[in-house]
Amino acid sequence: MTEKQVTIRNRAGIHARPAALIVQTASSFSSKVFLKKDHETINAKSIMGIITLGAGYNSELTITAEGPDEESAVETLARLFENRFEEE
Amino acid sequence: MSARFTVLDLLNLDLREHNALELVCLGGRPGLEREIAVPDLNRPGLALSGFFENFGSDRVQIFGRGETAYLHQLDKERRTDTIEEIFRHPVPCVIFTHQQRPTDSFFEIAERGNCPILQTSLPSSEFSSRLIRALSNVFAAREVVHGTLVEVFGLGVLLLGDSGVGKSETALELIERGHRLVADDSVQIRCVAGNILLGQGAHRSLGHHMEIRGLGIINVTHLFGVGSIRDSKQIQLVVELEEWDNGVDYDRFGEEESTTEILGVHVPDARIPVKPGRNIPIIIETAAMNERLKSMGYYSAKEFNQSVLKWLESENARKLYLRGYRPFDESAEPEEE
Repeated sequence: MTEKQVTIRNRAGIHARPAALIVQTASSFSSKVFLKKDHETINAKSIMGIITLGAGYNSELTITAEGPDEESAVETLARLFENRFEEE
Repeated sequence: MSARFTVLDLLNLDLREHNALELVCLGGRPGLEREIAVPDLNRPGLALSGFFENFGSDRVQIFGRGETAYLHQLDKERRTDTIEEIFRHPVPCVIFTHQQRPTDSFFEIAERGNCPILQTSLPSSEFSSRLIRALSNVFAAREVVHGTLVEVFGLGVLLLGDSGVGKSETALELIERGHRLVADDSVQIRCVAGNILLGQGAHRSLGHHMEIRGLGIINVTHLFGVGSIRDSKQIQLVVELEEWDNGVDYDRFGEEESTTEILGVHVPDARIPVKPGRNIPIIIETAAMNERLKSMGYYSAKEFNQSVLKWLESENARKLYLRGYRPFDESAEPEEE
């Protein structure tokens, strides 16, 4: 299992567009990918789950992945967060 | 439509009620195979009075009350030169409205020129608008596509996709669920009034039949009743069915509007992947209803995102408030800027 902590850096937080981007990216890996915020853990391949996390600006999330390509899954997703989902 | 639209085709047009042209042929029958090449008509008043510049001779000539009265006047004066001049032009046909008859001299000249003389019981203005409507339908841009057209909740849905992907089977289940079949397998699409796509079966006389693998040809009208069919319907949504491909990213959120272009008209579309266990007819029903909501100005995906943004915003504001006014509260974790 690979884990990594990330912080939401885009002003709007995780709304629909970033959520769709996360799902799209997560779905391209065969590993199981999860996002954890506070005590909630959701499947990163579910768009509604991600949105209902309510991850606003500056909130902290943990990306977890388990499977054959877990490391690259976590890396690729973390890069999305760092790039602010190509938003402002 | 054959490549040539003749006067005989005009007489044979199957138009009913408020579209009927109510035409009969009075004479000049050999000319019935003359071609009507432009979807327009002409009132030959100026030509009758001897002015032939820009005479719209390739159009259908309409003789209303005024023109006919003038013909009688010419008859009284024993003048036929302008009439003869008219028929020296390649006039496709002449039509008398108000159930009027031409004068004998006119009739004779037209017959001699092999020009069909038609008559309608309708008044000129009404007939003109019906004729223009009928002709613009005949001359509308058209194309035949391989697909199935169904009416779902009042919305015309064109199902496209490769052979064997399940278009007919999907349509069959939609019919079973109370929707209507317009055409299966080949759909003839016409572009009318500039931006309306009308679809109907490519061959009207063949009726509403479908080919279902394993069953063969079935007659939908007989099996499901007349309530389950429709002759023509505007295409308002295009659904592209395709085999599920794990490598393709399907639309997960639905905020972006994509369209398909048919005959220069853009129609909203949806790509729906097919795989066992996915109930395609229900997905299409939902797509149709969602499209209707959009036409009422409600975009599910956009509205949803608006409320998510508002919610995230208020959460943020609440966090700031908690941090600013209750610094000793342990639930508000300090954050570096």
